[in-house]
Amino acid sequence: MHPQRKQKLFIILFMLSGIALAVGLMLVALKENINLFYTPTQIAAGEAPKNRTIRAGGMVVEGSVERVKDGLTVRFGVSDGAKEIKISYTGILPDLFSEGQGIVALGSINNQGEFIASEVLAKHDENYMPPEVADAMEKAKYNAKYQSDLQLKDASKTGDNSTQGAY
Amino acid sequence: MWTSLKRLYHKMGSPKWFYEISTRWSPWFLLVGSALMLTGVVWGLAFAPADYLQGNSFRIIYIHVPASLLSQSAYIMMAAAGLVGLVWKMKMSFVVAKVIAPIGASLAIMSLLTGAIWGKPTWGTWWVWDARLTSMLILLFLYFGVIAIYNAIENEEMANKAAGILAIVGSINIPIIKYSVEWWNTLHQPATITMTKKPTMAPEMFIPLLLTIIGFYCWFAVWVFARTRNELLWRERRTKWVKNLVINAPTNSGAHQ
Repeated sequence: MHPQRKQKLFIILFMLSGIALAVGLMLVALKENINLFYTPTQIAAGEAPKNRTIRAGGMVVEGSVERVKDGLTVRFGVSDGAKEIKISYTGILPDLFSEGQGIVALGSINNQGEFIASEVLAKHDENYMPPEVADAMEKAKYNAKYQSDLQLKDASKTGDNSTQGAY
Repeated sequence: MWTSLKRLYHKMGSPKWFYEISTRWSPWFLLVGSALMLTGVVWGLAFAPADYLQGNSFRIIYIHVPASLLSQSAYIMMAAAGLVGLVWKMKMSFVVAKVIAPIGASLAIMSLLTGAIWGKPTWGTWWVWDARLTSMLILLFLYFGVIAIYNAIENEEMANKAAGILAIVGSINIPIIKYSVEWWNTLHQPATITMTKKPTMAPEMFIPLLLTIIGFYCWFAVWVFARTRNELLWRERRTKWVKNLVINAPTNSGAHQ
């Protein structure tokens, strides 16, 4: 390569890596601000400010959705696998909202530690499949659980037999 | 191998050669691209099964994903062309960088619009300021910046240099877009298609998507060739080969006589 061109290439690459480094440091410094929502673990650790508008996100806990008497208010638990927070929301939920689905809620944490949401967005994951496949997977999961329950029962039965045999 | 690559590179630098070869290649890209798009779109919209959660609204993926992917690929091409132009002083590559900018911008707009239209029924909102959506908007603004430089600076050489530098610096945004869904928590879901893993999508939904992606790339090539040829004719309007081309071109009046 021509020395002059080599020099030019190096100058450009040097400039680019310098700017990349600066942008990288900036993004690391602003990490908390770039994150769209706080996770339940962060909220439990007290990282999220109270009585200020923030976003919280996680999975809706199975069996936690309850409707309050007024008909529009919904209370549910949201978890990230480690910790759980209670969210209460009055309004129309998105179509994709259901137990086990990811959501992101906008609102604030009150003094009792409950998250009062003014907006709930459904988070969609990267999995796409036809309904039959989803049904089949659900069935397989159910069957596996049923089988393992059966096996547990069988195991306890044989255990009983063996003790009986010993008598 | 190396010498033939080098020869190809030098040929690419010749406007006349590029004009001729792109004229010859364009119909093929158009044919293949249109066939792929037609198959992919009809398959995706009419025959692929609906999603178990989103129902039919997922079908916008057949436009959204190709547009998003290609708007980023186009940016990388523009930045690479700018780098080649700046370092090796190759005029042709500046021409390509210049013609890509508006195409990339329109693809970015398409990606943002289809995303918003999908987001309303799925997420419950048209827009959130999460890392993926915001970095994609920045990509669009970078394209606008490059276009603005070409329009604002009258001196061609200066405009090429300034736009080239902006394109190269802006390429830092590309890995940020790609990894935004992993580095930060976002509303946008992580990638369905990755180079390393099996796509997290049923094959009967994935294959039409693959077809439309390749189809988009073919159409992109046709569009870039066409715009490059226009730009070349204008820039080289005083050269002999363009004059010959115009004289020898079959005209409508000629056909009537």
